[in-house]
Amino acid sequence: MSQSTLSAHHAHEHEHQPSHSVFGFWSYLMTDCLLFASLFATFAMFANQYAGGPTAKDLFNLKDVAIETGLLLTSSLTFGFAMISAVRQKKSGVLLWLFVTALLGAGFLCLELQEFSHLVAEGAGPQRSAFWSAFFTLVGTHGLHVTLGLVWLVVLAVQIVKKPAMGERELRRLACLSLFWHFLDIVWICVFSFVYLGSIV
Amino acid sequence: MAHSHTTHSDMPHVTVGGYLIGFVLAVVLTVASFWLVTAGKLSGEQGLVWLAVLAAVQVVVHVVFFLHVNTSKGQRWNAMSFVYTITMSLVIIVGTVWVMHNVHMLMMAR
Repeated sequence: MSQSTLSAHHAHEHEHQPSHSVFGFWSYLMTDCLLFASLFATFAMFANQYAGGPTAKDLFNLKDVAIETGLLLTSSLTFGFAMISAVRQKKSGVLLWLFVTALLGAGFLCLELQEFSHLVAEGAGPQRSAFWSAFFTLVGTHGLHVTLGLVWLVVLAVQIVKKPAMGERELRRLACLSLFWHFLDIVWICVFSFVYLGSIV
Repeated sequence: MAHSHTTHSDMPHVTVGGYLIGFVLAVVLTVASFWLVTAGKLSGEQGLVWLAVLAAVQVVVHVVFFLHVNTSKGQRWNAMSFVYTITMSLVIIVGTVWVMHNVHMLMMAR
C-alpha cells in the first residue's frame, strides 16, 4: 500500500469517527472557569478595601445590573432557539435567532460600558482602590469574553450565510459557540450574585 | 452515518420545552436574589450565604438545561471534567479566603 492510499484511508476513517472538537472546546471552557475562579478569589480578598474612596453601596446601580442580567439571560434562551433551528436544518431560523442574540449581547455590552464610564467619572476608576481594581479586572474580563463571543457570532453568521445549508461543520461550530455563550451567562450569575448584590448586602 | 454521530455525541437532545423550563427557573431565581437584596431582607454573612445558595442552584439549572451536561454515556467526560473544575474552583476560592482570613487574624490587621 503506497503512502498516499494509506493517508487517504486514514482520512476516510477519521470522517467516520465522532468529532472531539466540541469536547476539546469544553476543556478550554473548564480552564477559563479556573481563570474566573482566581479572579473571584481576588475579588473576595479585596471586598470592602475602598482605601477611603467611594464604596460599592454609593455607586452600584442595581436597576442597570438587573437589566444587564435580563439581557444576557434572554440571549441564552434565544441562542438555545438558534441551536434548535440548526438541528432542524432551518438556516433562516438560525440566522434570525443569532441576530436577536447578537442584539441582546450588544445591549448588555453597551450598558456595561456606560456603567464603567459612569464609575470612572465618579472617581471610582480601577486605580482608586483595591476593591475597584478587583472589580474592573473581574467584570472587565467577563465583558471582554462577551465581546469576543459577539465577534465569533458575527463571523459564524457570515459563514452560515455563505453556505447553502447547515452542514456538519457549521453545526459543530455553533455547538461550541453555544457552550461559550451559556458559560458566560453562568459566570454572570456569579458576578451579579457576589460582586453586585454581595457588595451591597 | 457521520452526521448522526455528530448529532448524538456532540449535540445533546435539545428541545424548546427544555430551554423554556430552564429560562423560567433562571428568571425566578434571579428575581429572588434581586428582590431579597433590594427589599433589605438579607444582611451580613447570612445574606451572602443565601445569595451563594441561590447562585449555586441557578448555576446547576443553567448547566443542566442550557449546557445539557448530564450523566449519560456521551456526556460522561464532560460531566467529570466539569465536576473536577468546580471542585478546583472552590479549592481556589475557599482556600484563598480561608488562608487570607487567618493571615489577617494572626497579623492583627483587622
